[in-house]
Amino acid sequence: MKAGLMFEKLGMTQCIDGEKMVPVTVLKVLKSKVLFHKTQEKHGYDAVVFGYGELTKENALKKLTKPLYIQMKKLGENYYTSMKEVRVDDGAFAPVGSDLDLSVFDGISVVDIEGISKGKGFAGVMKKYNFGGGRATHGNSVSHRAHGSTGGRQDPGRVFKNKKMAGHMGDERKTLQNIKVFSVDKERGLLLVRGSVTGSRGNLVFVRSAKKCR
Amino acid sequence: MNELLKFEQDQIASLGKKFPDFKAGDSIVVTLNVKEGDKERKQKFAGVCIARRNRGIGSTFRVRKQSFGFYVERLFALYSPSVVDIEVQKVGVVRRAKLYYLRDREGKGVKIREKVNN
Repeated sequence: MKAGLMFEKLGMTQCIDGEKMVPVTVLKVLKSKVLFHKTQEKHGYDAVVFGYGELTKENALKKLTKPLYIQMKKLGENYYTSMKEVRVDDGAFAPVGSDLDLSVFDGISVVDIEGISKGKGFAGVMKKYNFGGGRATHGNSVSHRAHGSTGGRQDPGRVFKNKKMAGHMGDERKTLQNIKVFSVDKERGLLLVRGSVTGSRGNLVFVRSAKKCR
Repeated sequence: MNELLKFEQDQIASLGKKFPDFKAGDSIVVTLNVKEGDKERKQKFAGVCIARRNRGIGSTFRVRKQSFGFYVERLFALYSPSVVDIEVQKVGVVRRAKLYYLRDREGKGVKIREKVNN
């Protein structure tokens, strides 16, 4: 079974699992609706495309780009902040126009979670790549957190590509694989997963059934 | 954030646990469920509560006692399944929320004045 939905990360808390307290992240499902299907014949694969984050028409005019606005206008009467697609097993399409809720995750116990990680700004190599840095004392001069050498001399006469250096860290798309589902609260639209989830509170994350789970 | 708090509050309510109000400085007895193999038994840990940390369902408290001449400090999660009961034996009069200064003292120094009801 393949499934996927967009969620808002509410934050972390603890839950009781038998005799233990376990860390969980609480995710709130976003209202979403199936907009159209992608099919084997036309697109080369089967998928359901859904919109999430409902907008009023006035807001849609303001917030959406014109191509997206026109596409949504053609698809139905509702406007959404964005669209997302989920592959489906052959022929198991959710009908166009139907609302998607947490019941798509019925029987799924392991998920993958995509999200945007917290931005760390321009970070040095110690923070970014766990470099050791320099000595604190013994005559060290302004290179306590420096990266050291970056390569050879005249040969090769350049710094190799992908050399780990200081630079922007975080605020990038990260996928966490094989996250265990702790519980599902359909009434409130909450999905609880074990452990932490990429990004800050209030961020949107995409949760789908695990790709590599056996 | 509010929704998360609400979820936590409901979690706490669903546990159906009722503990008496206690604060740092109080002498309390904590009843614990202890599992030994397949057997389960109750154990009591009596001492002075030296700190409480209020974090919803993740709230904890520290209890310090003297055991065979040594001071022992233990941290409990308030809503942990193994904490069955808490009983307040003495209400202490203290002027701070965290009594970490007791760690540096022994004997007479760890005495806490008891609250007298009038």
